[in-house]
Formats: sequence, C-alpha cells, structure tokens
Amino acid sequence: MQDKKRTWGKFILEVIFLVALFTLVQYLITVGILNRYYQINLTLMGINIILAVSLNLINGFTGQLSLGHAGFMAIGAFASVIMTTLLDYPFIIGIIIAMLAAALAGFIIGVPTLRLKGDYLAIATLGFGEIIRVVLQNIDYTGGPAGISGIAKMTTWPVLFIAVVVTIVVIVNMINSSYGRAIISVREDEVAAEVMGINTTKYKVLAFVVGAAFAGLAGALYAHYFYIVKPETFNFLKSFDILVMVVLGGLGSTTGAVIAAIFITVLNAFLQEYAAVRMIIYALILIIVMIYRPQGLLGNKELSRKSFNRIWGGKHVSSTNK
Amino acid sequence: MSHLQINNLSKSFGGLSAVLEFDFTISQQELVGLIGPNGAGKTTVFNLITGVYKPDQGKIYLEGKDITGLPPYDICKKGIARTFQNIRLFNDLSVLDNVKIALHTDVPYSLSASVLRLPSFFRGEEKMHQQALEYLKIFGLDTIKDEIASSLPYGEQRRLEIARALATRPTLLILDEPAAGMNPNETKELMELINWIRDEFNLTILLIEHDMSLVMGVCERIYVLDYGQIIAEGIPEEIRNNKRVIEAYLGEEVG
Amino acid sequence: MLEFIQQLINGLSLGAIYALIALGYTMVYGIILLINFAHGDIMMVGAYVGFFSISLLGSNIIVAMVFAMVTCALLGVVIEKVAYRPLRNSTRIAALITAIGMSLFLEYVTLYFLTAQQRVYPASAFPLHKYEIAGLVISNKDIFIIVSAVIMMIILQYIIKRTKTGKAMRAVSLDKEAAVLMGISVDRIVSITFAIGSALAAAAGVMIGLYYNAINPLMGIIPGLKAFVAAVLGGIGLIPGAMVGGFLMGILETLVSGYWSSMYRDAVAFGVLILILLIKPTGLFGKNTGEKV
Repeated sequence: MQDKKRTWGKFILEVIFLVALFTLVQYLITVGILNRYYQINLTLMGINIILAVSLNLINGFTGQLSLGHAGFMAIGAFASVIMTTLLDYPFIIGIIIAMLAAALAGFIIGVPTLRLKGDYLAIATLGFGEIIRVVLQNIDYTGGPAGISGIAKMTTWPVLFIAVVVTIVVIVNMINSSYGRAIISVREDEVAAEVMGINTTKYKVLAFVVGAAFAGLAGALYAHYFYIVKPETFNFLKSFDILVMVVLGGLGSTTGAVIAAIFITVLNAFLQEYAAVRMIIYALILIIVMIYRPQGLLGNKELSRKSFNRIWGGKHVSSTNK
Repeated sequence: MSHLQINNLSKSFGGLSAVLEFDFTISQQELVGLIGPNGAGKTTVFNLITGVYKPDQGKIYLEGKDITGLPPYDICKKGIARTFQNIRLFNDLSVLDNVKIALHTDVPYSLSASVLRLPSFFRGEEKMHQQALEYLKIFGLDTIKDEIASSLPYGEQRRLEIARALATRPTLLILDEPAAGMNPNETKELMELINWIRDEFNLTILLIEHDMSLVMGVCERIYVLDYGQIIAEGIPEEIRNNKRVIEAYLGEEVG
Repeated sequence: MLEFIQQLINGLSLGAIYALIALGYTMVYGIILLINFAHGDIMMVGAYVGFFSISLLGSNIIVAMVFAMVTCALLGVVIEKVAYRPLRNSTRIAALITAIGMSLFLEYVTLYFLTAQQRVYPASAFPLHKYEIAGLVISNKDIFIIVSAVIMMIILQYIIKRTKTGKAMRAVSLDKEAAVLMGISVDRIVSITFAIGSALAAAAGVMIGLYYNAINPLMGIIPGLKAFVAAVLGGIGLIPGAMVGGFLMGILETLVSGYWSSMYRDAVAFGVLILILLIKPTGLFGKNTGEKV
C-alpha cells in the first residue's frame, strides 16, 4: 500500500510539473517574451529530444549501433507532407501516417540487418539511411532533390509539447517493464538472453521499429515547422548529429539523452554562424567522451530526485522501495 | 520415456570434430554428470542441446519431441535451462533484474499495458517481483537483490546464474562447471543445494564438472567424453575403474 | 560492345583508386578490428597536400604524390596514437564512434581553414593526352593512375610477404597475444599499418584530384565509404580482397552511371554493401567464423 501511495504521489507531482512547464512557455509565447528566434530553437529542442530519446532506445538500451536515424526522420517528414500538403488531410493523420511509414521502414530494414553485429550493423544502417535519401531525391512526386515547399506551419507549442511528452512516456514506460528488461538483456549478453528464453531478434526489431516510429514523428514535426522539406536535410550527417546527443548524454540514459539534446540545441543556436566550428566541437565531443568517459555523461543512470538526494544529501539513499 | 535423448550428434568447426556421433539419454529426475579432459567437447554438447550451436547431424529429443535446430529461446521455453562455464550474467543489471529477465517468458501483461501503465501492469510487476525474490531466497541472494551483478563475489555470481536458470522454470537444468573456482566448502554446500532443488522442483539435472571426486559423489550416472566421443558410460563405480577413462585423464595430466 | 569496353576502361582507373583506399581500410581492420571511418578524410588531406605542393611549390605530380604520402603517413600515425590507441581495449562501438568523430574533425578543420570552396587541380601538373586505339579512348591520366596504383600494390605485396615487418603484421592480425609473446611490438606494427594505409590513401587522394580535377574538404566521405564497401566486398581484412573489391566497385559504378543514372551511383554502392552483408558478410574471399561461446 505504501508503494502505491508513493507511485501516485510521484505521478501527481510529475503531472503538476508538466502542466506548469506547458503553461509557462505558452504564457511566454503569448505575451511575446519568447520571440520567433526562441520559438524556432524551442521547436528544434523538442524535435532533438524526440530524436535522441528514440535513438537511445536502439543504441543505448538495445546496444545496436544504428547510424540511419535520419533516414526514418526523412520518411516521416515526407509521408506527413504527402498527407497534409499534397492530399489535404489534417495534421494528425499526417503524424500517424508518418509514424506508421517510418515504423514499417524500420521493420523492413530491421529484420534483415539486425542479424548483423556491431560495426557491420552500423555500416548497414548508414547505408540504408543513405539509400532512403537517394531514393527520395529521385521520386518526382515529392519534388526530387528540391523536395516539397509551401507546407503549412502546424507544429505549434501544444503539438510539440504533447509529442515530446508522449515520446518520453512511451519509451520510459516500455523500458521500465518486463519488455524493457528483455530489450536491455540483448545489450548485456545476447547469448545469455537467448538461453533465458528471450527472442533477441524480436526485441531488437521491436526497439528498432519503435525508435523509427518516433524518428518519423520528429520528421513530421520538422517538416511542418520549416515550410519546406528536402531529402538532403536528412543525410548521414544528421544521423551523426543525433548520435552525438546520445553519446554525450550516455548510452542507455533517457534523462541523459534529453539533457544532451537540450545542450546540443543551445550549442547549435550559438554557433549557427560558425557551422565548421560547430562540427569541430561535435567531433571533439565524440572523441573526448569516448576516450575519457565512454559511457557518456550519465552512463546508463537516470537523473532523478533520488540522485539529487544522493549528491546533495550526502547520505546514501538505497534504491529499494521499501 | 527418457527426458532427453540424443542420437548420433556431431558438430565440427572448420574440419575439426568437436563432437562425434554422440549418443546420450537421461531419465526424468536423474542427475547425470558429463566429464572428460579439457577440450573433450563437453561444453559443445551443452551448446548443441541448448541451441546455441546448430548440429551438423544427429537428433535431440526432449520428452520425445524433436528439438534439433530450434533457436535457444524456443528450447528454453520447452523446459531446458542452463548456466555457463564462464558465467554470463547481465553484468550491469541488479541481481533482481537478472532473475526477472528469466521470468519474462511468462510475462503476465502485454506491451501496451506497460506503455499505458494499466492495472494489469502493476499487478504483473508485483507478481514478478515476488517470484524473483523467491528464487533469490533459495540461493540466499535476496538480501543483496539490488547489488549490480558484476560486483558480486565469484561464488555468488555462480549461484545467481543458477537462480536465473531456475527462474525460467525448466524441467531439465544443465550446469556447466557450477563449482569451478569454489573452495571445497562452497562446493559441498553447492552440491547439497543442487540435490535439494532437484527434489524441490522435480528437476532432471545434467552437469559438467572437472572435480572428479565431486562428480563421483553426487551423480547417479556418468558419461565420459574424450576427443568428442563417448568413451564410457555408467554408475560412478564403473567409471572409477574404467581403463579408458583412467588413460584419458592420465594422458591429459602427462601431456 | 565497344561502349561497354570503353566503360570498363573508364571504370578501371576509378577502381584502382578505390582499391588503394580499400587497402588501408582492410589493413587496419585486419590488425585492430576497427573500421577507420576517418580513412577517406586522410585521402582528402592527401589530395590537398598534393594540390598545394603543385600549386605553391611547383613540384611535378610524382613529387607531389610522394610528398602527400609522407605527410599522410605521419598524420595516420598521429591519429592512431592520439585517438585510437587509448581505446584499444574498450568496445568496438566506442572505437567506431571515435573514428566517426575523427572523420568529422578532419573534414571540418580543413573546411574551417581552407573554406568549402572547390579547388581545381592545376592542369599544368599533368597535360592531358588522349589516345585512340581501335575506337577506344584512353587518356594518359588513366594510364598514370592505373600504372602507379599497380606499382604500389606490388610494393605492398612485397612488404607484406617478404619483409620481417610484413611477417610481423600478419602475425599480429592472426593472434595479438601470441605475437606479443614472440617479441613483436604490437604498438609499432599498428603504427606502421596506419602509416602504410594512410600513405596509400594519400596517393589515391592525388589521383582523385587528377580524376575529377576538383577537390574540397568533404570529398573524402563518399569515395571513403565506397572503398569501405570494396573492402567488405572482397572480405574485410584480406589484402587481395580489397584490391579485387576496389576494381569491381569502380567498374560497377561507371557501368551504373553509364547505363542508368549517375544519381543512383552512390545508392548502388550501399545496395551492394547491404547485399553482401546479408548474403555473405565475410565477403567474396572471406571464411566463416562463428562466435565462440
């Protein structure tokens, strides 16, 4: 009973926090304190959080290095734009189709490639990501290399906020369940997991499909904020961008991914005029993090109130519920 | 009907025979030992039974049903669980989570229930939590359930691996050198424990062990493997006095 | 038919370039199991060094190539020491991510200092002649590229098969621990491998400069990836495999752009890669080895 009360208490606190955050930002937008520039970066931040958290499901929790996340984002972007701009359906249909299309692509790509291990998988996913882009560049219906422009701006703050919250809640809930433990067991020791009854291929594909679906969501949000989508936007450098966030935050830490996504977005905003410097910093982040802290800033730990207690309370707080 | 029956099983790696025409049978609730010098192919036999390797030829029957070539997770679901010679725990996870993963084959709620946090999720998690604790209690690990698996001392890691295997609710338990690296006292305790869980869970147990005296003491029947082939089979008394077995072991010590 | 043979000839020089780059990938992979993502960018640096030694120092193409090879050999050794050596004992994923970081680093440091501007390889370095034989056109550039690539491959084969260093390299790639016990310094061998691989990439860089006439800081990415595909195609870790794979990729690419669309030539490379990985991940000449449990 004690446990149940605590769970509810935590839940209510979280809801209050989210409502407050939403209302605050909405207020700042309405009164004009958050001007267009801030709003653009806020949107990018939300999209990056979705991308980082979803890639982290694949790279961090499942331990399968995927370098093709931008490809799924591209599929989501184009699928949603086809629905809304070319076929005049409402945005929500565009979003749903984007996620389904990306999930389907994730399934089609995941089933054969996830048999590959480690660096081979990384290269194969990189290859698929690039193939998606090149194919999109050659489809006349979606405008070829020029892409589609004149997309209505539908990614508003409420839409963005709901999308980010849904992404995090779905992935966190999934990870903190028996299914999540099965996914993590794949990362820990594939052979042992199989012998313990875990169909590792199934869980790898599951993680890949769910990750792809949310990358598709990010693509849809992106396309409906910036008026135009071009296949070139989703090249493998975009995949590396997302990888930087996941690596920096810690492979296997959702809070780490969120923090890193926010940090990288802010960094990008400051370095907008200096694209080369930005990329040099990214490169150094990858190299230095891998050499000195290969588990990333948070490793596979989550940042929670408990960890704050641990840091500032000075005394050891055991992680038991009792 | 025998619990597990193996006919004419062979496996070679790059032209080198690891297991050759292996025949084997074990009855319900029997405790059988598989011994042999280093490199005799014992672990390969285990890997073939549990589906980690695919055999080149031969058949494996579990309770009369052909399980040859099935993937490991299917074989596990059909009731075979194992441990590893070189301990393969989920190192970064807690002791409790290691066992919970083994319980996943019977997960009592759906994926959507966990995403939506439906009541069935909370009930199911509570049930899994209690079940996992029970398995840990058997091995005296419940007091350290929140420790990270890799931080445990060697003996506890071995016991956790057995607890985890047991949590998949097998009918046949395969132990690969469960007492390796343990002192005589620990080994004795472990063997008592193995006997106890066999009776408690009605298990059939097959184990590989290096320590001859130990195998002789606990196993009802013994198979001896050398260069991938069975060279002797029988009760401990017979094995002790078998000339070929002595040769195989002496040969190893000299070489 | 004549057109087909012409395409083959065109593909041959491109293939020689890919083969040179693929050799570096495959040698490094053979020794430390790392996909050196930055390898294509070392080639790019080689192309720039060649460019500047021609345009600023007025050296001829041979001198430029040697200069580029020496510079990049040093660069390769430094990169390995600074970025890869500390990760020798960590996971392969960590090493791969570092290599991606190193690749971005080389690209954008070059971009920062030399800008994204295309630079045209000085025509004076290599006056173009075209020869027509039985209806087929071949240029002195193509001949130069193919001949010098083949010479380098022969030298490489000699080093690996006949010299003590080559023997040590093969020993390290077979069994690192045993090699150490035999008194071989693994660090030294890894350094030499990086030096040789990077030098070959630099030569390829100068050749790409000649082949496409233009160079830019991001030019290493695509040929690098294609050469990697070539290495995988031939069986990664196998030196003859990289050579054959390189030529095959070059020919395939010219055929695809000749008969289909040059838009697809990059996608085809990845398609080939995925097909091999799915059908025979060990490549054309590789042997299968399962994971030991």
